[in-house]
Amino acid sequence: MGKKSIQEIEGIRNRKRQELELRVNTKADTREKHILVCHGTGCTSSKSPKIIENFRKILEEKKIENVRVIQTGCFGLCAKGPIVIIRPEDTFYAQVKPEDCEEIIQSHIVEGKTVERLLCKDIDGTIVNRLDELNFYKKQKRIALKNCGVIDPENIDEYIAFDGYKALYQVLTTMSQDEVIDEISKSGLRGRGGAGFPTGKKWSFAKQNEADQKYVICNADEGDPGAFMDRSILEGDPHSVLEAMAIAGYSIGATQGYIYVRAEYPIAVQRLKVAIDQARDYGLLGKDILGTGFDFDIDIRLGAGAFVCGEETALLESIEGRRGQPRVKPPYPANKGLFGKPTIINNVETLANVTRIILNGAEWYASIGTEKSKGTKVFALGGNVNNVGLVEVPMGTTLREIVFDIGGGIPNGRKFKAAQTGGPSGGCIPAEHLDTPIDYESLTEIGSMMGSGGLIVMDETKCMVDIARFYLDFTVSESCGKCTPCRIGTKRMLEILERMCERKSRARRFKQIRKISQ
Amino acid sequence: MVKLVIDNKPVEVEEGTTILEAARQNGIDIPTLCFLKDINEVGDCRMCIVEVEGRKGFATSCIQTVEEGMVVKTHSPEILEARKTILDLILSNHHKDCLTCSRSGNCELQALSIKFNVQKVEYEGEMSKHKIDDKSPAIVRDFNKCILCRRCVATCKNVQGIGAIDCIERGFSSCISTTYDHSLNDVDCTFCGQCIESCPTGALREKEYIDEVWEKLKDESTYVVVQTAPAVRVALGEEFGYSIGTNVKGKMVTALKNMGFDKVFDTNTGADFTIMEEANEFVERVKNKGTLPMITSCSPGWVRFAEKNYPELLDHLSTCKSPHQMFGAIIKSYLAQKEGIAPHKICTVSVMPCIAKKYEASREEMEVDGNRDVDYVITTRELSRMIRQANISFRELEDSDFDDPMGEATGAGAIFGTTGGVMEAALRTAADTLEGKNLEKLEYTQVRGEKGIKRAELTLGGMPIKVVVASGLSNARKIMEEIKNGTADYQFVEIMACPGGCVMGGGQPIKSSKIRSAVDVRKLRADSLYSIDEASTIRKSHENPALQKIYQEFFGKAGSEKAHKYLHTHYTAKEKYEI
Repeated sequence: MGKKSIQEIEGIRNRKRQELELRVNTKADTREKHILVCHGTGCTSSKSPKIIENFRKILEEKKIENVRVIQTGCFGLCAKGPIVIIRPEDTFYAQVKPEDCEEIIQSHIVEGKTVERLLCKDIDGTIVNRLDELNFYKKQKRIALKNCGVIDPENIDEYIAFDGYKALYQVLTTMSQDEVIDEISKSGLRGRGGAGFPTGKKWSFAKQNEADQKYVICNADEGDPGAFMDRSILEGDPHSVLEAMAIAGYSIGATQGYIYVRAEYPIAVQRLKVAIDQARDYGLLGKDILGTGFDFDIDIRLGAGAFVCGEETALLESIEGRRGQPRVKPPYPANKGLFGKPTIINNVETLANVTRIILNGAEWYASIGTEKSKGTKVFALGGNVNNVGLVEVPMGTTLREIVFDIGGGIPNGRKFKAAQTGGPSGGCIPAEHLDTPIDYESLTEIGSMMGSGGLIVMDETKCMVDIARFYLDFTVSESCGKCTPCRIGTKRMLEILERMCERKSRARRFKQIRKISQ
Repeated sequence: MVKLVIDNKPVEVEEGTTILEAARQNGIDIPTLCFLKDINEVGDCRMCIVEVEGRKGFATSCIQTVEEGMVVKTHSPEILEARKTILDLILSNHHKDCLTCSRSGNCELQALSIKFNVQKVEYEGEMSKHKIDDKSPAIVRDFNKCILCRRCVATCKNVQGIGAIDCIERGFSSCISTTYDHSLNDVDCTFCGQCIESCPTGALREKEYIDEVWEKLKDESTYVVVQTAPAVRVALGEEFGYSIGTNVKGKMVTALKNMGFDKVFDTNTGADFTIMEEANEFVERVKNKGTLPMITSCSPGWVRFAEKNYPELLDHLSTCKSPHQMFGAIIKSYLAQKEGIAPHKICTVSVMPCIAKKYEASREEMEVDGNRDVDYVITTRELSRMIRQANISFRELEDSDFDDPMGEATGAGAIFGTTGGVMEAALRTAADTLEGKNLEKLEYTQVRGEKGIKRAELTLGGMPIKVVVASGLSNARKIMEEIKNGTADYQFVEIMACPGGCVMGGGQPIKSSKIRSAVDVRKLRADSLYSIDEASTIRKSHENPALQKIYQEFFGKAGSEKAHKYLHTHYTAKEKYEI
């Protein structure tokens, strides 16, 4: 352990990459097997740590060698969790229980026979052997989630094996600050936090401002109801965010980064801590990174769970130790941000795309997606849909494809009623807009918004007034309380809705809601 | 310069001007509620929304700056309706007990309701309920009337540099509170009362002692003596329609006499005593190499601030009591003796521009031989209420003079009421003392004016002296830090808790945000005090004949043992949070 030179990093990459070939290649020439167990929040809550423990214990008891049990991030299909995948053959076991471990080892590993009863069934009932046979994965394109479910997030060597920290080295040794910003701009990457502000532009504003200190902040205060994209990325591939922050730091001239992550994400926080320690140990964070003379370090700041702290200026207030409450803009953070210094604040998913863009080129990234929305978008698919989970699709994929092809449609033979996107400030998209290609502009046009990526599907039994009530209730309790219309207005709107639901209200109250909403 | 159009009127304003300011500069008014110029420009309440052509939604005019070519509408029917909705929302969570509210008639929310012709509040629903915090001797917080404009928060934090209050909780439950929701009495609040001055509604007010004073006035066996501070006479008239800064001393004295006070005295004479003692203390400290710089101690908010924040520097504070406390002690000793009344039969009432004086009077140090120096402190505002209660037509009153034997005060005592005044008065006396003769020099203009910190270098008795005057607690903190880190080279420091001094005290008539934006209230009131000084025949404290007589008959000389017993006090370090 200890600080590594680029040659040593390359050495780790080559050695480790060969060792991990079986993770991505079903025909890998190896006698090893890797049992991958999802250790994301969803599967953890359904006992995946116990599964890992059982596997290890049984392997030891049976003195089986050449089989390793690996904890990974989220595979995506949370509805089928806990998920266990055995590689290189890529066998996909769903809803595994700790007591199934014995059978899997005995049958699959020792006897070479697949445990049929644990194989995942697709929506149409067909049994799938391998992960990529599932319809769920067919229309997805994993860029931000590339390493999720592939690597052990607590092992920096595994990240390095899959081109980790290669983009950073490339940037530090072959690109000027402007070239990096230019590359990001050309890729068309836009903020995945919801507003879709061009990332390159944001960086260039911060770069232009002269200051003795600048900051890079990763906004991991994911707060929309039903959204867990950022959490999954941090749990499954934390180094990709750290590396991207260092790249951003180089390009704008910052030497310090902060990750503002909500305390309700203990696994993500733990993974980040481990990742930061490992990166510092290898000299990939800290002083004179990879001998290039570039200094950059990252610290974690925990959010106390206020929705409003996801708003970037409220987040800055919170990091500075004050009540999380939005600042008056302008000045924008790129001019006067954290502690009054130029600051960029990027969402987790935005950052997760950065290393991929640097390595594969802006053109490659820009070739994916629609005219104004490039690349992919991760959605947390939830609600009345069969395949609840994490999906990543190219921009421009239609809502129908996401809900029906990837999501497997609505359970219990019910009809689709609406899909909610954009969190509490977003909207519900009815069936007539199912064929809308999903990108920033189209969603705004139909009265919703992209938001951070929560996508909640509702079937025909759901009452839209109830849904409105739910989101209003959320807004009421999460309003920062600064401005009148939000602090009192949302409360009054909720009260009117509640009275309506109790049939104690008259139609003129609709007018009142409309008035407050304006 | 930026050119834009407001309500079809082409206007030109400086870059960086807000839409609100641009409109007001051009004679177009936009209603506001949370806005307090230079102090709270945060866009919370949304009353000031306007329409900007080509922009979605409304713009908040108090925070949005003008842009070239902007076309702004300030009162289209849509805006008026939206503003009315916002006002309705605020009113829907406001305890509308205007009839019994101390701010009725001078409430910015009430004024808006009248402006918008609110006859019925459109929305109803749950109302916030808060306990009233009246634990402190000085201030009462009734957050059922709070509209969360945060003007108090900004004043406490940004103007005074204290930050005793801020918003807690979220959403509809948001409220302004203190550390762990404790009483203001138990946290780092100094009782300066600047928050009251900035509150648009009745959420913050002084603790009233009106009923107690009426009780004493009714009781024939009690000899009730009242004294009025210099800053009161130049502000009281504002409550009765006089222009800001009008000196209504004569009518005020008549009113007090009509109300039944047995004696009406001028605190300015008390101020002359303070100067005698303080100048003497200063000269002694200089001669005996005592702790320097010496810092004035007549502002109780400042004293509380020092005790909580700089306990290690309390030796720097002059041991002199403040003028009204000295005067109270003199009334219950010298006057009691002279008039042959037992001290415990005397009730002393102080009319002050200050709410911290209420706290000061309640401090345990402030009594001699079991007699409280001052029994009740009422503010300028409370006096105006009492005058109304007594059904006195203030404007029609004849003038009258303060009572003997302490009726004559000097100009030096008058200027105590403004920042720099104590310093100037002290310098007049100290200069004469150190030179050993009667100097011509009277005015020390270096220590006058609006600046928060004023430094001056002078020669007193052939000795070079550096002095500094600070008003407002954030300025006080700057000076204290200099003293703490050893960079201060002053010998004498004047500190007032309120920015501008007592004329801007927390007990003075409350001026709306709009008036504060348009007029320099401090200057008008302070100028009035300087005029009183200029018109005085005696302008040096030590030349006050009443004072000379009392020293002769009672105290002996300044700094005597007896003077110490009645006119001096001590300070104790206090925990910042007494919880």
